[in-house]
Amino acid sequence: MKVHNTLATQTSRRVFATGAISVVAALALSACGGSASSAPGSAAAKPDLKAAGAGTITMWVDAERSPALKDITEKFKTDTGIEVKLVVKDFAAVRDDFITQVPTGKGPDLIVGPHDWIGKFVQNGVIAPVELGDKAAGFQDSSIKAMSYNGAVYGVPYAVENIALLRNTAIVDAKASTFEDVVANGKKAVAEGKSTFPFLVGMDPKQGDPYHLYPLQSSLGSQVFGKNADGGYDAKQLLIGDAAGVEFAKKLAAWGDAGEKIINSNITGDIAKEKFLAGESPYFLTGPWNVPDVQKKGIKFAVDELPAAGGSAAQPFIGVNGFFISAKSANALATNEFVTNYLTSEAAQDSMYKAGGRPPALKASFEKAASDPVVAAFGKIGATGVPMPAIPEMSAVWADWGATELAIIKGQADPAEAWTKMAASIKAKIGG
Amino acid sequence: MPKTDLLHEAPDTAALASSPGRGNTGGSSAGLSAGRAGRGNRRFGPDSLKGIIVKIVLLGLVDALAVYVLMMLFLSQSWAALAVSSLVVLAINWIYLRKGGLPAKYLAPGVLFLLVFQVLVVFFSGYIAFTNYGDGHNSTKDDAIAAIQLTAQKRVPDSPAYKASVLTKDNSFYLLFTDPSGKVQLGSNGEPLADAPGAGKDSTGKANSLPGYETLAFQEIVASQQEILKITVPVSDNPADGTLRTADGSSAYQFKPALSFDAATDTFTDTETGAVYRDNGKGAFADDNGQTLSTGWKIDVGMDNFARAFTDPSLRGPLLGVIIWTFTFSVASVALTFVLGLFLATTFNREDLRGKKVYRILMILPYAFPAFLSGLVWSGILNPEFGWLNQTLLGGANIGWLTDPFLAKISVLVVNLWLGFPYMFLVCTGALQSLPTELDEAARMDGASAWRVFRSIKLPLLLVSVAPLLISSFAFNFNNFNVIYMLTGGGPRFADTDRDIGATDILITLVYKVAFGQGTGRDYGLASALAIIIFIIVATISAISFKQTKALEDVN
Repeated sequence: MKVHNTLATQTSRRVFATGAISVVAALALSACGGSASSAPGSAAAKPDLKAAGAGTITMWVDAERSPALKDITEKFKTDTGIEVKLVVKDFAAVRDDFITQVPTGKGPDLIVGPHDWIGKFVQNGVIAPVELGDKAAGFQDSSIKAMSYNGAVYGVPYAVENIALLRNTAIVDAKASTFEDVVANGKKAVAEGKSTFPFLVGMDPKQGDPYHLYPLQSSLGSQVFGKNADGGYDAKQLLIGDAAGVEFAKKLAAWGDAGEKIINSNITGDIAKEKFLAGESPYFLTGPWNVPDVQKKGIKFAVDELPAAGGSAAQPFIGVNGFFISAKSANALATNEFVTNYLTSEAAQDSMYKAGGRPPALKASFEKAASDPVVAAFGKIGATGVPMPAIPEMSAVWADWGATELAIIKGQADPAEAWTKMAASIKAKIGG
Repeated sequence: MPKTDLLHEAPDTAALASSPGRGNTGGSSAGLSAGRAGRGNRRFGPDSLKGIIVKIVLLGLVDALAVYVLMMLFLSQSWAALAVSSLVVLAINWIYLRKGGLPAKYLAPGVLFLLVFQVLVVFFSGYIAFTNYGDGHNSTKDDAIAAIQLTAQKRVPDSPAYKASVLTKDNSFYLLFTDPSGKVQLGSNGEPLADAPGAGKDSTGKANSLPGYETLAFQEIVASQQEILKITVPVSDNPADGTLRTADGSSAYQFKPALSFDAATDTFTDTETGAVYRDNGKGAFADDNGQTLSTGWKIDVGMDNFARAFTDPSLRGPLLGVIIWTFTFSVASVALTFVLGLFLATTFNREDLRGKKVYRILMILPYAFPAFLSGLVWSGILNPEFGWLNQTLLGGANIGWLTDPFLAKISVLVVNLWLGFPYMFLVCTGALQSLPTELDEAARMDGASAWRVFRSIKLPLLLVSVAPLLISSFAFNFNNFNVIYMLTGGGPRFADTDRDIGATDILITLVYKVAFGQGTGRDYGLASALAIIIFIIVATISAISFKQTKALEDVN
């Protein structure tokens, strides 16, 4: 019995060793074969794309956009034989993952995201410019402007997003032309018992929400950064602390918790939506992402232009979603081909619109989508907007900006003093 | 698990969110080695045939995977990783193929995973602390130079768009350009445009063939893309006209670099202003005015990050306050949860209590929710105007539970008490039930009151087994990211700092904000340095405390 077992052990070991060696040998041979065939590929008649490492393009997308890209990637595969691998990633982490992965050479060839990532991407040297040539004319100006950075275009846009004022037409039936009218209408509705809140806008309880308040700020003539010669934002011209900005800060205090309570620091985005859906307010300052729920609830609403609180136009920030090419793509030529000649097509832009409901950036697709009056209204308002600054310095602005606005709305700080201090703090961070 | 692994957990929310609840003891390595326990069933006798087969299959799988990994490493020319991996594979095979050495067979997988997932990560974080890794210093200098050159290529304003075809002759590549007027020209890398008579055109008017040259199909272009993308064709003898390049093999544009790189002097020169950008020794190219080019690279900075943690005025001011609050928070959290947990455990430990199981299950519920979820829910409950607490319980009062610096601290502690007492309740219940009842009876026979029995007998005995858990609970709360970040986000903000640091920030949320926060961009170097400082603090306190618990054991 014992002898048998030892024998078995020995035989098994020998078998195992032989097997292992042959596996190693086979794998090693196949590896040599692989590299040998790819070396002299320059003028070969039938190049093997897979051997050249060019058989696939890897693209990072989120779960929502992945299905919308199926058709166009299949068309690309039939035309060229190159597969576009859609890797679904968590949207919250995808930007930072991209920045850390690209230098290792393990990153994707292509990524989907909003245009205000460009500054960080360029700062970290992870994306390459895209030359659209004549195709750029087919896109809405604002979307190309948003994708431009340091005088070059860095992405192919597919959707433009901005906020607008939703009005519950059952409570207030006429469009207001100024923010004062909006406030007056809202107060009247509250006084008549038709609603509980004169006006709704979501505030993050920790960070405020400068993005949603920006149209009001810009209507008072206050901007964050000035622009340089090529139309891009210039970090050296920080304008936020100017007199117009202080004026806005004072207004903010007047609208805030200690004043008229038009802007309520305790109303989060979720609460604001809930109250508007419950018909408790005539106005809701929000983006197209909340529209489907409002429609579902059966509330009759209109999409109004943003009300100006001062002498200038109320310009919302526009956010443009698009595709960016990695600076270290091993398959750059095929990726460029896919991005500039396939993703710019009407079919691709149409299908992205169908999946996400965001107004398309391609003019031809937008016109089709604009048969929906809501899309048309948002698009019209977006045309007056300004791109959200993409320069890396902007990330130094958000935290101070939001916290200061929140403190002013809460009545915890003297508006002029807090605003000036905020501007100084931002300047210190950008400068240092 | 007790958070001695804070270094790598610190910067990653996902990991923090998914890390198992408070104070789970029992290491992962034990579980891993347990998986292998079925192997040698008799300790010293020869292996059974079944055992050998299982062993061969498992080891075969491991080796197959290892061979694959080694090949990939070989192909990607990662020699250091290849050497280390080979050694590991050899060691694994030696351990499992030799006779005897049973402890090593049990320990090897656990030790391996410990090395890979803990030790390596800790050492990597340690290394990062001595670099300037972060936004703008993301990769090597070569990468940075390549990226700057790439982004410096600007299209010549108002230049025409060319259609392009790729041709080949004698193993070199040529580009055939058709300009908007239909004029056809040929060029190759470094050779200026020349007229190309006799070119054939396709239906769109794009020239696609030339006698003596072979036209490449798209697949062929892609297969040789690295060479084709490098082709730069000077438009004319005048360099100011720029060069033609193609990015997709079918169109070409005139580009001119805004910056030119000189490898010999290691400088960039602005082609318009003539400004020279030199390596400034801080991982970036800077001109004489200190203006830097946007992309920099990672360099070693020595102790700079540690120095900054203590000298940067925007960090130094709040840092002391944050450290004091971190200690207050973790000590108070442990004390409060322990007192409440112990009280409830003692109460529900009465033998004559009915429905004990139901109560116990209810008690454990808060423990069953993920902490980050509870944090968000509580943040809603505590909303000053719409929160359930103010609106329903306090009749519409407007109390800023999370917005007043002092109340926010109280709120954080209360919520953490709610989240943390079930753990202490479980631990104390277990410990109480293991105490011998004779002692209790004997004390009562001697006429001791219930309080006296608890004070003099139960508590000291309890502490022997519970004290190490209190220490690990302290270490956990010291780095209790979830509850702070989800409840208050560290706010309300301090007024006296540029940084987004607030009254309820503990060190770990501060580190997170430095590394990932919106304030000044990501700064992994500084965050790693801060994480190391936290590690030293927690390790020191834990070591001292464990020494103290030895004294507890001596009492008995």
